[in-house]
Amino acid sequence: MEPILIAEAAINGILLGGVLALLALGLNLIFGVVDIIWIAYVELVMLGMYAVYWLVTAYAWPLPLAALAAVALVTVLGLLVHLLIIAPILSSPPVNQLLATGGLLFFLQSFATFLWATDHRSLRLALPILEVFGMFLSFARLLAFAVSLLAMLGLYLFLTRTYMGTAIRAVSQDREAMALMGADARKVYLVTSGIGGAMAGLAGALLIIQYSVHPHFGAAFGPLTFMICVLGGLGNMFGAVVASLLMSEVISVGGIITSTEMAYVVAFVIFIVAIFVRPEGILGKRE
Amino acid sequence: MLELQGVTAGYGEFTALWDVTLTVNAGEAVAVVGPNGAGKTTLMRVISGLVPIRTGDLRLDGRSFAGRRAHEIVAHGIAHVPEGRRIFPRLTVEENLKMGGFLPASRRHYAETVGRVYDLFPVLAERRRQRAGTLSGGEQQMLAIGRALMSKPKLILLDEPSLGLAPVMVLRLFELIRRVRQEGYTILIVEQNVRQVLSLVDRAYLLEVGRIKVEGRSADLAEQDFVRKAYVGI
Repeated sequence: MEPILIAEAAINGILLGGVLALLALGLNLIFGVVDIIWIAYVELVMLGMYAVYWLVTAYAWPLPLAALAAVALVTVLGLLVHLLIIAPILSSPPVNQLLATGGLLFFLQSFATFLWATDHRSLRLALPILEVFGMFLSFARLLAFAVSLLAMLGLYLFLTRTYMGTAIRAVSQDREAMALMGADARKVYLVTSGIGGAMAGLAGALLIIQYSVHPHFGAAFGPLTFMICVLGGLGNMFGAVVASLLMSEVISVGGIITSTEMAYVVAFVIFIVAIFVRPEGILGKRE
Repeated sequence: MLELQGVTAGYGEFTALWDVTLTVNAGEAVAVVGPNGAGKTTLMRVISGLVPIRTGDLRLDGRSFAGRRAHEIVAHGIAHVPEGRRIFPRLTVEENLKMGGFLPASRRHYAETVGRVYDLFPVLAERRRQRAGTLSGGEQQMLAIGRALMSKPKLILLDEPSLGLAPVMVLRLFELIRRVRQEGYTILIVEQNVRQVLSLVDRAYLLEVGRIKVEGRSADLAEQDFVRKAYVGI
């Protein structure tokens, strides 16, 4: 194995990790605040991918505009998921909440299959491949990584510099105390779900420039995203970023050394061992 | 200022408060004492809207606020310092205070109110960038009180502020609550340190198994065997 190929895979791993971190952060944020795991989270990403795909191919929208529209669309979907599915069962037992969001997963998958069949659809963008120090890097991945970083920076600034952002963190620590400060938990939940939706929509726009979309797209990225969240410590934002990078490195570098399938096996074995050793996640629970 | 009129409340099948009538006048400090399980904390939670009432009425400055939710009641001018402090441990001291002034009306006066809180509790100014969870118990209680002051309330509810503090810290804390009083705030306090709280307040109520048993001026109560009753019940 040539070292240059491993270096290239390592860089690709970092680039993939950026988008995965975006997904893990969105899911983690919702879990940390609303205390519910959106099993259907990556299905929202899939809908974002389809939105960009159709706007670009059928309506000839420019890609950046289609991406913005996808973010807006999935933000609205996030709000609807909260209002229609989560809000009515907030005080139900956790298993019912899991079943409800799990049901949404099957609904969205079937809905996408019904509308668009099981074809793999790709934008077929002619984005350049860059050569850096003898390594070949895809411009699409670099772009996706850069936008992910910007989005994460934006989320960080929102959560630390604004009243609503700080309130979101406070609610994840003590819901009732935050009500005593004058914050309506329903409003905080809604804002959080909207942000979660926006992150999913953005991730969709960043994934469609690299991968093809199909109704079962969630089957590939869904388990990986949940694994990352658990590995980083559910609700722990920093842990999610670290776990994203770790997992995407294992998959990317492992894939080059052995095969992609083997790399996934290694990733899941690392996950299982880590969960036995530290059930609360490598960096512990919550932020 | 605050009036409770025949308030009954509880959780599910259980009734924690029976027909409680209580008043706090503007500028007054009033204590509610009683043995464990008497319903003192429930009383506080009823006033701040965390526990709904079944019958009776709650009024602030003559206007009923019964049925309002907790986040609306803060905007009416009642700040609740809950039992166990309930600060946000992974936010900094300053962020905790910022959350105390979360209401849009309080945000405009943030710089002024936070300055007053830091004057009152200089240790909070020293530790403003520290995570609140790293403070000592006494400092956390100061933060909880300071956070409540951030909404510029008319009435402050203090639930067991000395709980879990070392005796020296309890004395200091009572001194600080006295200073908060001198700033002109109206206070309703639940305390287990009956002797000390009687020296702080104007009037006191004895709550027992969910009912008001005795009410009177603290100077008079201190002379009766009120203190013993407050601990063990009648």
